[in-house]
Order: sequence, then C-alpha cells, then structure tokens
Amino acid sequence: MDFTYTEDQLLFQDSVREFLVNEVTCEKIRELWDTDTGRSDELWGQLAELGLTGMTVPEDFGGLGMNEVDFVLLAQECGYVALPNNLTETVLVAVPLLASLSNDTFKSEWLPKIAEGSAKVAVGLEQNLLVEDAHVADVLIMQKGSALYAVDPAKATIEFNASVDLSRRLYSVVFNEAEADLLVEGSEADSLIAKSVNRGALASAAQAIGLTKRMIDISVQYTSERNQFGKPIGSFQAVKHRMANVAVQLEYAKAPVAFAAYAIANDLSTVDKNVSHAKSVACEASLTGAKNSIQVHGAMGYTFEVDLHIFMKKAWALNNTWGDQAFHKARVAEAIFADSDKIGAGCTFL
Amino acid sequence: MDIQYTEKQKAFREEIRSWLAENVPKEPLKTYDTEEGFQQHREWEAKMNEGRWGMVTWPTELGGRDADLIEWLIFEEEYFRAKAPNRVNQNGIFLLGPTLMEFGTDEQKADILPKMADGTEVWAQGWSEPNAGSDMAAIRSKAELSECGEYYIINGQKTWSTRAVWADQCFGMFRTDPDSQRHKGLTFILVPLDLEGITVRPIPQLDGLPGFAEIFFDNVKVPINRRLGGEGEGWKVAMATAGFERGLMLRSPARFQETARRLVKLYEENQAGADRDPSIRDAVIKAYMAAESYCLTTYETACRLIKGGKIGAESSTNKIFWSELDQSMHETAMAILSARAELEPFAPEAKGVGTWLDGFLFAQSGPIYAGTNEIQRNIIAERLLGMPR
Repeated sequence: MDFTYTEDQLLFQDSVREFLVNEVTCEKIRELWDTDTGRSDELWGQLAELGLTGMTVPEDFGGLGMNEVDFVLLAQECGYVALPNNLTETVLVAVPLLASLSNDTFKSEWLPKIAEGSAKVAVGLEQNLLVEDAHVADVLIMQKGSALYAVDPAKATIEFNASVDLSRRLYSVVFNEAEADLLVEGSEADSLIAKSVNRGALASAAQAIGLTKRMIDISVQYTSERNQFGKPIGSFQAVKHRMANVAVQLEYAKAPVAFAAYAIANDLSTVDKNVSHAKSVACEASLTGAKNSIQVHGAMGYTFEVDLHIFMKKAWALNNTWGDQAFHKARVAEAIFADSDKIGAGCTFL
Repeated sequence: MDIQYTEKQKAFREEIRSWLAENVPKEPLKTYDTEEGFQQHREWEAKMNEGRWGMVTWPTELGGRDADLIEWLIFEEEYFRAKAPNRVNQNGIFLLGPTLMEFGTDEQKADILPKMADGTEVWAQGWSEPNAGSDMAAIRSKAELSECGEYYIINGQKTWSTRAVWADQCFGMFRTDPDSQRHKGLTFILVPLDLEGITVRPIPQLDGLPGFAEIFFDNVKVPINRRLGGEGEGWKVAMATAGFERGLMLRSPARFQETARRLVKLYEENQAGADRDPSIRDAVIKAYMAAESYCLTTYETACRLIKGGKIGAESSTNKIFWSELDQSMHETAMAILSARAELEPFAPEAKGVGTWLDGFLFAQSGPIYAGTNEIQRNIIAERLLGMPR
C-alpha cells in the first residue's frame, strides 16, 4: 500500500508551479482577454518545451509516455494560475483518446506534433454543451452518438459562445459527417467516450483543487492587509472560520482526486464512482472557496479590478463542465445503492 | 503510487477477521456507562489482550503486534465491520499508552502498561476544569510537592472526566508552580482514583447515563513516581497525547464508513418515505462521499508518515471533518426515521430504529470535546493558513 507521489512527481510539480506562477500572472491573463484568440502561442510553446503537451503521448510518438497520476499534480498547478488554454484537457483527454485509436496513420500524423507543440487538438463530446478552444485547434475530435470523427476545423461551422470566465473560449461546432474522417464507432467508440468523460472530469477536479488553494491564498493575503476597527480583518474569528471551512474541504478533496487519477491509470473496476466522487467534492470545495473568498473581500471582491474573480469564475464554470453535480452524484448513487454490503469499512480499495 | 494491500496486509486482515468472528459477543454488551456494562467491557478488553489484539500498534514485548498505521487502519475496519464492542479503555490504550512509552520511566512502564493492556486498570482523563475548558492552559488544580519530596499534595477539581465513574486511574495536568502562568508550571500526573481525599461525582450525559464525572481532590497524596515527564513539562507531554496519530487512533475512518453504510441501508429500507424530501437522498450520497474522503485522506497521510513524511494540516482539520460528518449523518438518519426517530429502541412502536437515537445524541458531543471545533478553526486559520492572531 503506497498512496504517495514519488519524489520525481513532486519535484516536477515544484518546477511547473514555479514556471506557471512566474509566467501566467493575472496581468498576463487580463492582456489575453483583449486579444482575438485569447490564447498565447508563445505560452503554448513554453509548455511544450517543458514537456507538458507531450506528457501522455507515448514515447514511440515523441512524448514522455506518462500517465494520469504523473499529470494530476500538474493539472492542479494549472488551476492555481487559472491557465488560459486547454492544456489539461489536451493531456488528460485528447492525447489518451488519440493514443487509444488503432489507426496508426492518424496517430503518427498528430501525436508527435502535439508533443512538440506544433499542433493543437480540441475534443467535442456530447457530455459537454460546447467545445473549448475549437478556434485554435488544428484538428477536432467530435462525437456523434456512438461514433468519433476527425474534423478539419476549416470544414466545420464554429460559433463563439461567451463565458463569464473570459479565459474560457467556448464554441458550438457543426460538421458534416460526410466531410469528416470516421475514427471509431460502435462499442469501441462508446468505451473510448466513457473513458474520456472520466479523464475530463479528472482534469476539472484537479484544476478545482488548485483554484481553491489560490482563492485561499488571495483571501488570506487580503484579510491580513486590510484593516478595520484598528486591526487586520483576518484577525476576526468570523473571517478566520470562513477560510478554515474552505481549508478543511480542500484538505479532504485532495486524496479523492489522487485516487481518481490512480483509478483511471490502473483501470480499476470502480473508476466511475472514484472519478465522480473526486469531481463532486473537489468542485464543491472550489464553490465554497469562491463564496467565502468574495465575502471576506467585502465590496472589493465584487469588483472587476481585484483578481479574485479570475479564479472564482473558472471554479463556477468547471463545476458544470465534464458532468455537473447531478451527473456525478447520480453515478455515485448508482454504485452505492446497488449493493450496500460492498461499501463501508474495508471496501474502499477492493 | 501503488494503492493495493500487500500479501502481509491481506493476511493480517484475514487473521483479525476470523478472530473477531469467533470472539465478538453475539449479544451486544450493555453500555459501559452502567456498572454492569463497564465490567463486561473490562472483560472484553482482557479477552482482546489474550488474543494479542488489544493494542496492535504496541510493541510485541508489551503484548502488541508492532503494527504500522496501515495495519492499524485494517484492524479498525474489521473491528467496526464486526460490530465489536466500544473500547472502554481507549483513554489508556490509545492516548496514555503511547505517551507513557515516550516519556515514562522503565519502572512506570513495567508497572502501568500490563495492567492497562488487560483491562485491570481502566483510565479516565482529567483535562478540563470548571474554568479551563477550551482554554486548557487556564488549569488551576494544584499539585504541591511535600516537604519530604516523596509525594505531591493535590487540591482542586477536574470535570467532564470521561469514564471516571468506574475507572481505576486518571491522568491529567496539575499546576506545580503556584506562581506560573498559562502553559508553564504544569505537570502531568497519574492519579489512582482510590486514594484518600478523592471524590468522584457522576454527571449524567445527554442520554441520562453517567459517562463522565467531576473529580474533587482534597489534599490527595500522590507518590512522586506517578509524575510523567519532568516537573513543569506537563504541557509538552499533554500535547504529545493530543497529537495527530492519537487522533487517528481515537477516530479512524472505519467508524464513519460503517455509519455511512448503515445510513445507505436505512435510506433504502425507508426510501418511499425519505424521498418525500429530496434533500435526504442528496445527504445520504454526500455522507458516503465524505466518509470515503476521510478514509482516502487518512490512508494517504498514513503512507506518507510511514515513509518518514511529516504531519501537515491533518492534525487540525481531521477533528472538524469527522465530528461534523458524524453529526450530519445522524441528522439524516433522524430525518429518515421521521416520527419514530425520537423513540427509544425498546418502545413498542420503535420498529427499525436501531441505535440511531443513541448515536445522534453522542454525535452532538463530537464538535465539542477534544477542543471545540471553533478552537480547531482558529488553529487552522492561524497556524495552517497564517492569518493574523
């Protein structure tokens, strides 16, 4: 029984955190809001150079051949800075989906380019209303029922849908099957889609962990500096307890997220339940984080000027992406109401 | 990360499972808050000790099994799954025992631990005083060294002393330096409860039974060899007793996972009624997830500690998490049981109420004892998050 990350995994997390905190500042995020695409090719190139875009690309295709457990801590760091692109979905959803295809030509065409950062891919599954980053994708992987297609973005109709989170670039995508390449269909496609939903939920859950941590950090700093009644407002118990409540929820969401990553990487039979548990509690923690953080900021929290909203808005959005609370709680319910003798003490890892 | 049990851990689980299957009393024991029940639980501890299951984390030479934290968690999972009796001597075995091994003299260990292990001596704790509750450093009970230097003379009062009504021994902190303030000048002393000058006055708890008591000390002479650690070092010794691993010992995830499992069953048995309020189903699902979160987090921490890692936030967050989970699970059970919820299990119309009412009453104490959750939240905000004092 070893429920710990390796030294290497933790070191990688440290170096990625350092890079992201320095490069992806709130000023940078605000600058990108005013650009056409909202995306930075320079940043994407840097992420590729760090090996991030190719982390889950198999070594045969020029990647690092790592798995969900290797990446989940990094996805948390992406959340911590509210990274304005779809790196986590690229690594956790798009690449594993591509790598699972039996079509070697297609894989050879795209995987090496994704690893080196010269191509971007966006995935549109029916689980989600819209497709993130479809506007900058070189290829779209689209679901239609029990089939997955490779779609040339030039041959699809793409329409922007504005999100409250100005960093999220969401698109409706309409395409004609006749002009697309069928990648896989039937039960094989269903299984790939189901796995992709779990991986997408993991990506959201991991980012929610980072977002929550960031909202705590911002709020602790603000309440330590802001004085009223002659002292920092962070010294008042009512303010302290709000932040303590977020810290408790966050503390108990981390291990479920780690276990969800492990369950996906090791194809555990309980994976749906494990992922839904993680997604539900991690997003719940981030919602509490947002609610309590804006409250302790007072009126400043309600402004566009203070950076808090960058993180709150992403937290609100991710809660309903890759399955909302209703979807994930229903999957947990399905698992536990099926046979209550198979839950409880001693059953967590069986 | 390799999250599966080793062959050794699986064998350990099988061993305790079969022992429990053979030995757990078929009829539940009476509550240890009655004289008869207390005696039954004392006998159960003796039986556990015979099987070397009394305290698996203790060293082999003291009747334990040198179990690590993972084996401890496995033991607890099987113990709660088997519905084995509550541990009457947990103040001794889980809290004082490990502290004694760390701070005690060889003589103290040889004298006290075997009798603790077999239930001959059941321990009560003596932390709180009428004016020292959440503010434990406000302790005023005095222990004065006699002129001959052979014993302490104790005067004062302890309160909310769990198990003290029928316990044999009590441990606690006393002020040995009358001029001292706060955390300084306190000494950890082990007091036999049959000494002259001691009066134990039972306090009925919410359920009407005397689960705790007041202890009055009137010139009680306690031999100096009953001091644990140095004079004036009581706070340091007490903090070790209150540390995380002890917390883990006291309230491991298994207890709450079993409550969550019973709650799922209770909901299923009463679903038609329960679904009239959709929030009940949501609460059941959330309870299951929270109990699993507690389990996963505890395994993660235990693995990290075994590998030589340090305790992080867990020591302050876990008390809040499990106590509020326990409270909300029992609230949900009460909602499901509806009009039957208030009925004592022996009432003629109390079909299917199980032990939920008892658990509900007890759950009210969780956010209060061992440092109120308000104090825990201050600790998290100040020490973990670094908010201003």
